[in-house]
Amino acid sequence: MSILEIIGGILIVIGSLFLFLGALGIYRMPDVFNRLQAGTKATTLGAMSLILGVGFLMPGWILKILIIIIFIAYSNPISSHALARAMHLRKRFMYFKNEEIDAYKEIDENNKQVK
Amino acid sequence: MNYIIYFSLSIMILGLILSAIRFIKGPTAGDRTVALDTMTIIGVSGIVLTSYLFNRYIYLDVALVYGVLGFIGVIVIARYLEKAL
Amino acid sequence: MIYLILTFILLLLMIGAAIYAIWQKDLLYAVIASGIISLLLSIMFVLLQAPDVALTEAAIGVALTTIIFIIAIRNTVRFEDEHDKKIKKEKQLKSAEQ
Repeated sequence: MSILEIIGGILIVIGSLFLFLGALGIYRMPDVFNRLQAGTKATTLGAMSLILGVGFLMPGWILKILIIIIFIAYSNPISSHALARAMHLRKRFMYFKNEEIDAYKEIDENNKQVK
Repeated sequence: MNYIIYFSLSIMILGLILSAIRFIKGPTAGDRTVALDTMTIIGVSGIVLTSYLFNRYIYLDVALVYGVLGFIGVIVIARYLEKAL
Repeated sequence: MIYLILTFILLLLMIGAAIYAIWQKDLLYAVIASGIISLLLSIMFVLLQAPDVALTEAAIGVALTTIIFIIAIRNTVRFEDEHDKKIKKEKQLKSAEQ
């Protein structure tokens, strides 16, 4: 076993564990926004680590693998942001000890005062 | 090395099952869309691992197309949910 | 052996999503379920060593089908029962006028 295979195997195991933890967060979290957090951040890190691990195992494939990593790194936060904005505009607030917290509204009011 | 690949594939399919359970249980449309997003990313990773397992370079194209086009469906559903499409 | 079990689980998930899409009254959820069916079908095509079919399925099933269905739902109604209720109400109005 060369050193590249060892690094690739470790990266693949870390990536698959992070993918599983993201899915577990989607199953366990109480709210839409918490689920978005667990399902986007952990999953992005896991997918990037796993695909880079395959790039370490196969050094000839590294160009296309870097292109896939760049596309995941820009497409995943865009969809998460659009979904969070839609959920906020539909009046679903964060779950916090039976209270409703709307931090985005305060920022919005401050911006209106500035204008 | 093949044992590591099979371990990763099985743990990712476990994550796929958890996302499917959230898709069936989820109370609002947002939860179901989040489950679809997560399943898309896990599917892209699974296709890349499969391409290493079969040792075929051409299978990476499928993962590339999914990475490029996978977020369009989520964005369209989100724009419909905020009544702005 | 592990490979066979994983393929079997993928097929079961696909059949479950298809049954959910038929059974659900809310059409938006059915569209999301059809997206999941397309994703799992593309993975199955890759596992069956047909990458060109998987490429076409990914491009058509994820982007085009979802966009066209969402535009159709926006121009009509979201729930299945709403259309029947609307028709029934119009009939009642007509009978009341006569």
